[in-house]
Amino acid sequence: MSGANEIQNLKSRDPFAEADEDSGQTIQTQEYIHIRIQQRNGRKTLTTVQGIPSKFDHKKILKVIKKEFACNGTIISDTDSKGMGEVIQLQGDHRIKIKDFLVDQETGLALDEKTIKIHGF
Amino acid sequence: MSTAEEPTIQRRASRKSVAFTEEKLVVDADGSVTMISTPNDDSKDTAMSHSAPPADGVVEDGAAPAADSNPDGLDLSLLKKKKKKVKKEDGEGADAAPVADGEEAIDLSMKKKKKKKAPKEDDEFAKKLEALNLEGAEGAEAAAVDDTVQDGDMDKGTGIWAHDESRSINYDPLLSRFFALLAQKNPDHASTGTRSYKIPPPQCLREGNKKTIFANLPEICKRMKRADEHVTAYLFAELGTSGSVDGSRRLVIKGRFQQKQIENVLRTYIIEYVTCKTCRSPNTELSKGENRLYFITCNSCGSRRSVQAIKTGFSAQVGKRRKMKV
Repeated sequence: MSGANEIQNLKSRDPFAEADEDSGQTIQTQEYIHIRIQQRNGRKTLTTVQGIPSKFDHKKILKVIKKEFACNGTIISDTDSKGMGEVIQLQGDHRIKIKDFLVDQETGLALDEKTIKIHGF
Repeated sequence: MSTAEEPTIQRRASRKSVAFTEEKLVVDADGSVTMISTPNDDSKDTAMSHSAPPADGVVEDGAAPAADSNPDGLDLSLLKKKKKKVKKEDGEGADAAPVADGEEAIDLSMKKKKKKKAPKEDDEFAKKLEALNLEGAEGAEAAAVDDTVQDGDMDKGTGIWAHDESRSINYDPLLSRFFALLAQKNPDHASTGTRSYKIPPPQCLREGNKKTIFANLPEICKRMKRADEHVTAYLFAELGTSGSVDGSRRLVIKGRFQQKQIENVLRTYIIEYVTCKTCRSPNTELSKGENRLYFITCNSCGSRRSVQAIKTGFSAQVGKRRKMKV
């Protein structure tokens, strides 16, 4: 009984894709790269980049970025708790620059601009 | 000082260049936001007009063309402008807060830069145009014979527009006829295209040192027909902070935020959750469909689309106290 219910529940979950279809959206599965800004004290800010594909070496990226933007930064990995993967965190507001870096074909990662979302004010 | 001057300045500079298109094309929601300018903006505008080349006189005029040719000239003129501007601010700067002066000066210089560039582009453009015109003139001479005869009343169907007319009609009259007919047959087209969606500008107050009060959130939400909670959640997610609602339904946001910044966030909210992607009408409803998905239903064209739920995403731990808690 309960088993059947569960299966039905699962099925009703499945139309997820269906719902996408009738609204004409297929980007549900798309992984966005989120660039956020966060305020610290005073006029200081943090920039966090979340969701860089794992095929890239985050450490190397960070190294390059740190040098290029002349800022410090860390990689924060809280894969266990919130499932956000590795997050690159930089000191200061580098949203525009980092987007350019991610999109850049030659010196950057050559990612699609559409997969990048810039948040914040 | 103000918490995020650096970002705002950058943002402003980049936005200024596209400001017009943005206002016209994107949500239109900013129509009111930008039109009803803050006192700060007002002072800026006046300052701008004061330091604009025509008002400044001979010296400035001499500097401006030079700036076009070499970067050094640009720098000089910029400096000059900055100084002049500050003076003027002092003279009439009763309405501008003393704090804002420095920022404005920078801002202005950026604007100036933009302005400087524009004429250069214009020049090039003008040159190109001229070249084109020359070419066109040569071509036109050849086609002049046709040109002279190409008239007649298209409403009455006379001249070239006559039904039994076999001559080929030039592109320009055809194009103008197309637009004339388009406007004639769809009178509401033009109005919907340029109508701007207006929301009252957010009112930001500072509470103490570290909190911002967003006073007219209920009003704005009512205007957008969205639940307060939804907008609040979006604001918090985008600003990366938290906050609460106080007794008179005002929103208290942790952190210092300027009106500009809140405006930006509201703008993105409107793009994402209010306007209909199909017909760009803001007359939509947000409803929770099955499967915990949110849907936007457009009231004017009937389209329905799903929108992503608001996700907070990663937020770094800021400050010692929160670290202690976790």
